[in-house]
Amino acid sequence: MARQSTGTSELPGVAGSSLPDASGHFDRFGGRFVPEALYAALLQLEREFHAALADPAFKAELNELLADYTGRPSPITEAKRFSEHAAPTQNGQPPLILLKREDLNHTGSHKINNVLGQALLTRRMGKTRVIAETGAGQHGVATATAAALFGLDCTVYMGKVDTERQALNVARMRLLGAEVIAVDSGTQTLKDAMNDAMRDWVASVDHTHYLIGTVAGPHPFPLLVREFQRVISTEARAQVLDRYGRLPDAVAACVGGGSNALGIFADFIPDGDVALYGFEAGGEGIETGHHAATISAGEVGVLHGMRTYVLQDEEGQTKASHSISAGLDYPGVGPEHSWLHQIGRAQYEAITDAEAMDAFQLLSRTEGIVPALESAHALAGALKLGPRLGAADSAERPLILVNLSGRGDKDVDTAITWFGLDTSGTSSESAGRAPGAGSKR
Amino acid sequence: MSIEPGVTGQRLLQIRAEGRGALAGFLHVGYPTVDISLQALKALTGDGESEGVDLVEVGMPYSDPMMDGVTIQRAGTKALQRGVRTRDAFAAVDAVASCGIPALVMTYWNLIERYGADRFARDLASAGGAGAITPDLTPDEAEEWLTVSDAHGLDRVFLVSPSTTDERLRATVAACRGWVYATSLMGVTGPRTQTSAAAPELVRRVREVDPTAMVGVGLGVSNGEQAGEVTGFTDLVIVGSALVKTLLDAEDAGQPENLTGLRALVADLAAGVRAGSSSPAAESGTSKRLPGLVGT
Repeated sequence: MARQSTGTSELPGVAGSSLPDASGHFDRFGGRFVPEALYAALLQLEREFHAALADPAFKAELNELLADYTGRPSPITEAKRFSEHAAPTQNGQPPLILLKREDLNHTGSHKINNVLGQALLTRRMGKTRVIAETGAGQHGVATATAAALFGLDCTVYMGKVDTERQALNVARMRLLGAEVIAVDSGTQTLKDAMNDAMRDWVASVDHTHYLIGTVAGPHPFPLLVREFQRVISTEARAQVLDRYGRLPDAVAACVGGGSNALGIFADFIPDGDVALYGFEAGGEGIETGHHAATISAGEVGVLHGMRTYVLQDEEGQTKASHSISAGLDYPGVGPEHSWLHQIGRAQYEAITDAEAMDAFQLLSRTEGIVPALESAHALAGALKLGPRLGAADSAERPLILVNLSGRGDKDVDTAITWFGLDTSGTSSESAGRAPGAGSKR
Repeated sequence: MSIEPGVTGQRLLQIRAEGRGALAGFLHVGYPTVDISLQALKALTGDGESEGVDLVEVGMPYSDPMMDGVTIQRAGTKALQRGVRTRDAFAAVDAVASCGIPALVMTYWNLIERYGADRFARDLASAGGAGAITPDLTPDEAEEWLTVSDAHGLDRVFLVSPSTTDERLRATVAACRGWVYATSLMGVTGPRTQTSAAAPELVRRVREVDPTAMVGVGLGVSNGEQAGEVTGFTDLVIVGSALVKTLLDAEDAGQPENLTGLRALVADLAAGVRAGSSSPAAESGTSKRLPGLVGT
């Protein structure tokens, strides 16, 4: 199964990608469904983005920040003990699961890659303020961080429900000097934070850049966020080739809006033999209606400036989504994912809260890595992929590359509740019990 | 290329010939309830008894109204909670049309797309609707809407803003039928103490692109005095949040069916557009300006 490398694209660059087209469409998906008041700003951003890509000084500055500030390249870790729990492949061996360690980036997730790129664009456009929406708070923290680094004013919109389940990140953002607004309209989660950020932007567009955190929203955001996240797959592809002399058999990532997924898919899209898997939040199960599995269970519509899969009712009203993971709790998805689904290049499947929590605990205990709940969906999905990989007559152990998009410190409160963890410490009299005792489920 | 006047543009031309300003009023269908909203929409027209608005905008509540301020959001959210449906908009349009006043629906695009654009246009036209205003649909993405609105003879009103480039202004005005919606402030909907200085300039730019274009100015007008001011430089004064607020106030006071406040504001606004001098000839600053209302 020797494969030729198809050549890596430049970072950042749009080499190898013909889509979106000039008006931001991935076939029928994407586009710009926005108030006219935002059009000028979107056109300005698009111009500035293309000018920046053509400017060696911009690339040099971004690459320096990614190296010296973020800590790139992020390593690949073999999850040897975790892999033993994976479903066996067609030749009977478990796959080897490789982790792309975006959790080791400064601020603890992949979000910083995009934020630094857009912060540089903000400065190029002469704007002095950034606003952002955030779900789990990872993008908000990354934006607040870049704002501090660049001396920009920063306002982060976060659903009120999310501020409660991710209190640690709210505190981090405030510590970094950002204003955090708890959005209490609608479902009080990520989609409503995005609505409020858009409203802010319509009124403040002269001096404010809306620093969207995912590959969603109106053109050019799906394009530019993908390009700023492409570094994940550019590095990972070279790392896997270098170490194993071949490409992975499958690449897996969680999908909310979908930025970490497109980041790790991007350079593998032309590699037809590499299967791409996006794992959406199945919540309490798709059949319960309490989920955020947009591609698995949604229908095509228009939301937040793009045409894409949307969780909506028969009238076109957006339905409330649910996920234990705030970062995946979004009823839309980036339009390029809708397109990859349509052409069959990537497979999208749902992982339940329970499956994700099991994988969260398993990785913690087998590898000493506490993943973000978002990333735990990708891990849970990877555990199930084995039967679809490898060939019965091949001795080669299939490789699954998982984007470990963030670390799980922010999710410890959720874990305490879910597992009923005892936070008071084991008393000395009961010491010496079997390791692993204490988890309720 | 001149804008097609359509149903609503022709009505505005008649009003201009009468030498007064025109008034458009926005209310949601479904707030406080579908039934009361139909009464309220008819009250906008003066119920065929007194002076009222010249055009009605029937707002369709939407789960993610990214262009709306808190007042309109609040009413829209309640309407959705109370179960308003897309088809209720057609009943609302029918109720307004029965008062002899043209009705446009104002809606975010996904509701039309989900209903089926052609089916929506057909049902809107059969209900007597004049057309639609689409705040998150620009001509760039409007191919299907242009086709079905042509097929069913509907007006289509797109928005322009102070940041709209000359090139986009020309394309947008050319795509409109009826009139052009000028958003006078860089912002979302909601009452303001001052209307915008940018509005007269934007109206001037639209007329420069197409001298025959009728222009409505929205965002910010909340009383008859302000309506009179805006009448001084444009064809159509659009009022939304202030009208919605009268219904919210009535519900807060425990009398959601009480339209007294609404009727009083409509009368004030209708008098305002009749007191303010209209017609393009009067636009160049000769109208009486109320201190502090225009300009900042």
